[in-house]
Amino acid sequence: MPTTAALTRYADLPALIGLMEGDEKHSVAAHSTLDVLWVLYDRVLAVAPETADDPTRDRFLLSKGHGPAAFYAVLAAKGFLDVSALRGWTTFDSRLGHHPDRVLVPGAEIGSGSLGHGLPLALGTALGLRAQGLRRPDGAEPRTVVLIGDGELDEGSNHEAIAAAGRLGVGSLTTVVIDNGSALHGWPGGIARRFETEGWATREVHGRDHDALQEAFTRPWGARPLAVVARVRPTA
Amino acid sequence: MIRTTAGSTVNGIPIRPRPPEPGPSGMRETFGAVVSEEMERDPRVAVVLAAISSGMFRRAAARHPGRVIDLGIREQAMIGVAGGLALTGLRPVVHSYAPFLVERPFEQVKLDLGHQEAGAVLVGIGGSYDASEEGRTHQAPGDVALLDTLPGWTIHVPGHADEVRDALRDALPGDDRVYLRLSGTANRAPMPLTKGLTVVRSGSPRAAGVVVAVGPMLDRTLEATADLDVTVAYTATVRPFDRAGLNTLVAAAGNADVMLVEPYLGGTSAHEVAEALSDRRHRQLGLGVARDLELRAYGTPADHARAHGLDAEGIARSARDFFLA
Repeated sequence: MPTTAALTRYADLPALIGLMEGDEKHSVAAHSTLDVLWVLYDRVLAVAPETADDPTRDRFLLSKGHGPAAFYAVLAAKGFLDVSALRGWTTFDSRLGHHPDRVLVPGAEIGSGSLGHGLPLALGTALGLRAQGLRRPDGAEPRTVVLIGDGELDEGSNHEAIAAAGRLGVGSLTTVVIDNGSALHGWPGGIARRFETEGWATREVHGRDHDALQEAFTRPWGARPLAVVARVRPTA
Repeated sequence: MIRTTAGSTVNGIPIRPRPPEPGPSGMRETFGAVVSEEMERDPRVAVVLAAISSGMFRRAAARHPGRVIDLGIREQAMIGVAGGLALTGLRPVVHSYAPFLVERPFEQVKLDLGHQEAGAVLVGIGGSYDASEEGRTHQAPGDVALLDTLPGWTIHVPGHADEVRDALRDALPGDDRVYLRLSGTANRAPMPLTKGLTVVRSGSPRAAGVVVAVGPMLDRTLEATADLDVTVAYTATVRPFDRAGLNTLVAAAGNADVMLVEPYLGGTSAHEVAEALSDRRHRQLGLGVARDLELRAYGTPADHARAHGLDAEGIARSARDFFLA
């Protein structure tokens, strides 16, 4: 079996993360985004290393840029990134830091780290694709999916974009909120309601259930933007 | 790069008439007209607004669906959306009052444009004290200094509506980051867009030094220095700064003394002058909006110019002192 095919499965992700973080803490549970990222790249997004520069590709924007080991592991498993690049991450010569830089990381659509930037960038991306009338080879409008955290939702810039996307009816935009209960003051009434009030279709789903995630991302949701709130166990 | 405008001096005396009372410069209207016109030709050009100047682009919005995006009063999203548009290959033109375009969403300017390597043309109105009656909340004398902390920006400060047109036509086909700083006051005549220093009046070989007037400061600077033996140069492009051009002009003057007259925060380009003249002993003075006070007064832009020593009389006083005339 060629070595390139050896680290391409979901079951390989802990080993890939281990190349970055060492042996002790590479459990799936420590990475709140891991299952969502896997489902997106494995079952939802129309993007591959060969189409990474295709104007009609689906876009994934990681807004919650901290703790990117799961993201790098998925990019490596899917062939965007050489597995060898994972070793020595955060060293001076590495392309991989504790926050991803789109200029350095193949497959990363944006650089992120400072919170609250991904959703407005994703809105602009979706509007830009729409204005150009771009279509995927299957005839569908390219999707733009942005991942944020429930703590990140505190940043006011998100709410500018949530309101604008709802009013402008940007149906090709999807926000997935990883809710691990880390927002200091919480979201009384739930996160989904914030999106719903602004005109988004919303879905709440278990953030580790691959089939449920796939269904939440793909079941038709109409012309409104889509928010998927993926609940995961709060990290201690 | 240095260009001499023929016919602007007679025996060293400027033939430009006295500047008119500051009034509408027409720059904002020119901006709206030129961008609307370029949108007909270039499908990449898109406009991003936050409720300011919406009416100016209403016709373009109707003609080009999806390419005029008004986000309402949401300036962080305005810059973020522009970054996203640029990542899909469009050429966003982003417009608001300078404080809401540069200062309020400054981290977005730094990250959503610069860090993403995304280009945009930011077009600001109300820099410095143009919005004098509106007060401090609508004024941004620090806009150029702030953008100057970020690499890769081209900054134009046109002194005439025609220069706005030329700068836009130069910027729109590109994919870089450009700030176009419109002013409410203008010089009487346009200058060519050279992106460097243009000599407007040559001093003698024994000249006391070089005066650089930026954008709308030219007419009053010429008037203020009319009786001094100095070389007066003009630029509407302050970043990148024409260091080589300044070095050449200073070498030709009798003294390596440079006075900069900028319409924004005083000393904004002091480090550029220092770099340009690092090969020689020199003196420099940077005129501009005062750094050490917040002027809590309304009135007219002319009132504010006077208060900051940026009217012809104030510039003349500073020039006499500096050049030891």
